[in-house]
Amino acid sequence: MSELVIKDLQVSVDTEDGPKEILKGVTLTIGSGETHAIMGPNGSGKSTLAYSIAGHPKYTITGGTVTLDGEDVLAMSVDERARAGMFLAMQYPVEVPGVSVSNFLRTAKTAIDGEAPKLRTWVKDVNGALERLNLDPTFGTRSVNEGFSGGEKKRHEIAQLELLDPKVAILDETDSGLDIDALKVVSDGVNRFREKEGKGVLLITHYTRILRYIKPDHVHVFVAGRVAASGGPELADELEAEGYDKYLKAAAV
Amino acid sequence: MTVTDTDLGTDPSTARDSVASALEQDRVESHLNPPPSYDLADHPVPTGREEVWRFTPLKRLRGILDGEASDKQLRREVSLPEGVTLTEITAEQARELGELAPNDRPSALAVANAGGAVLLDVPAELEATEPVVVTLTGESADDLVWGHVVVRLGRFSKATVVLRHAGSARYAATTTVVVGDGAELNMVSLQDWDDDAVHLGRDAIRVGRDASVKHTSVSFGGDVVRMHANVEYDGPGGEAELLGLYFADAGQHLEHRLFADHNQPRTKSNVVYKGALQGQGARTVWIGNVLIRKVAEGIETYEENRNLVLTDGCQADSVPNLEIETGEIEGAGHASATARFDDEQLFYLRSRGVSDAEARRLVLHGFFNDLIRKVGIPSLEEQLTDTVEAELAKNVLDGLAPVGGAQ
Ligand SMILES: Nc1ncnc2c1ncn2[C@@H]1O[C@H](COP(=O)(O)OP(=O)(O)O)[C@@H](O)[C@H]1O
Ligand SMILES: [Mg+2]
Repeated sequence: MSELVIKDLQVSVDTEDGPKEILKGVTLTIGSGETHAIMGPNGSGKSTLAYSIAGHPKYTITGGTVTLDGEDVLAMSVDERARAGMFLAMQYPVEVPGVSVSNFLRTAKTAIDGEAPKLRTWVKDVNGALERLNLDPTFGTRSVNEGFSGGEKKRHEIAQLELLDPKVAILDETDSGLDIDALKVVSDGVNRFREKEGKGVLLITHYTRILRYIKPDHVHVFVAGRVAASGGPELADELEAEGYDKYLKAAAV
Repeated sequence: MTVTDTDLGTDPSTARDSVASALEQDRVESHLNPPPSYDLADHPVPTGREEVWRFTPLKRLRGILDGEASDKQLRREVSLPEGVTLTEITAEQARELGELAPNDRPSALAVANAGGAVLLDVPAELEATEPVVVTLTGESADDLVWGHVVVRLGRFSKATVVLRHAGSARYAATTTVVVGDGAELNMVSLQDWDDDAVHLGRDAIRVGRDASVKHTSVSFGGDVVRMHANVEYDGPGGEAELLGLYFADAGQHLEHRLFADHNQPRTKSNVVYKGALQGQGARTVWIGNVLIRKVAEGIETYEENRNLVLTDGCQADSVPNLEIETGEIEGAGHASATARFDDEQLFYLRSRGVSDAEARRLVLHGFFNDLIRKVGIPSLEEQLTDTVEAELAKNVLDGLAPVGGAQ
């Protein structure tokens, strides 16, 4: 089971001119085994939503609640959220020079499970995950995200998703900057995760392209820090044909 | 690029003379480095305003610069590979071996007061299979000890030398490293002192024609540690890699001064020093001087210093200096950066379940990791990694609030 419930979430960031409100009351429930797509124009607050749920220190929660299986996510530290079963595939994964991918993956796995993985199976699991994401076996020796191509960064995020096996995955524009082959590889990875029992996915995207490979159960249009409309997969088709104009105009009123 | 007239014949003495005269002509008075001299009158007691002394807390040197005589010694344990010898020689013999004359007061005092030198000799063409390991241990910070050392690598020889300082003392030492043509030296000086030691050290290296030297200075312990690593060349084609790693705790002053004197064409220098600071009053100083003389056409130099500031109350000074007398070079560059833990890096790691303390440990490990691997002595790598992590653990044990108020 895994249920992520976001209620009336309000978030601001500190700017030179004081706090700026970005999320203006977001309400969403990702039920067990469901995939939700959030689509919205640039600057609408999609990454803010993702980072706030993950606990990035830059964002201040000014109202609302987030719970995972009834537990108060907002009361947890960043690493506690991950250990509780949250995972964020970042739009811009961060370089950690001098720390190898293998070391990083093992450290993360040990932290999430509370014990070191069994060496034998772990090596097999890592090699398998890298291979399925079309990453070279020597990838493990490279420094985390350092000198990675855009596609490698995103595939590395999905390899982590596979290995760390969270309850709920938030994927922030994992599709952007990928060519069609990489997009398929990444989508296959996400679909393998979805096939497992009870996994929730919040798929944030700017484009409809990825939705041809990952079929969402629900689609939400995100504009100006709010969910402007919700529907089934047909809503994505409408956005594909008509764009965000209609919603942007409504938000501007 | 042309071969200059310093490249003369095969007789090394002729070559050296002509080089010397070539140098004489365009001798530049580098304001960054006082000229070498054995005469103490040329190295007056500093006031603290001098360019080369302005970063150093003179009071905390506890009278070393007064130059009192002392016959105290550091206890010496030595492990020598077959064929390598360690002998006592006179100060005159050290000069005859072509040592590099002192260029500051502590090194001049060390020569004047040590009453002779120690010679570590690696004969020509010997390829030492095991590292030379010398451990020097002091009894007490009240003991004043003068040290005078010559390391000589014969032509085409190959050796690894690890010099470890431990215990405590007020220690001033000068070490000359003469690396013969085509020889290869990997040398590490480890400053692993107790908290109250004071160490003024100067390693001056002359790199032979087509020889290569890697010199690593590692400073963890001591109250005040001030180390010079100076390199000059005895012919074209020499390469020097100068590495450094330091970790300053509360109240510690760790100073590293580099000088790459490109006095020969087609020589290389590559400097990488990395340091971490934690605790109230932790202070590090890095001065990277590079001089590219007129004759030094076709040289390549790069120097880099990075500091990671782990807590409030620390200060890291980092000053790269490049003096260029010729434009006919392959490349010259430097980089210097002093930063705190990167919030984005910590967030990324923590978002994968890794605790704050573990995330900091990982970032720091990564910061030093590249450098530790470059040292290229496997038996030492693990020890260095462990020491770095033990240093970081102190931070946690001391209950010092990490930068940025982690939850
Ligand atoms: N530090 C900041 N200072 C000012 N504005 C910010 C800051 N961070 C984000 N914003 C603003 O918040 C809004 C939402 O950004 P973001 O969540 O990245 O949107 P999206 O991911 O949908 O493109 C944008 O208008 C952006 O300019
Ligand atoms: Mg975004």
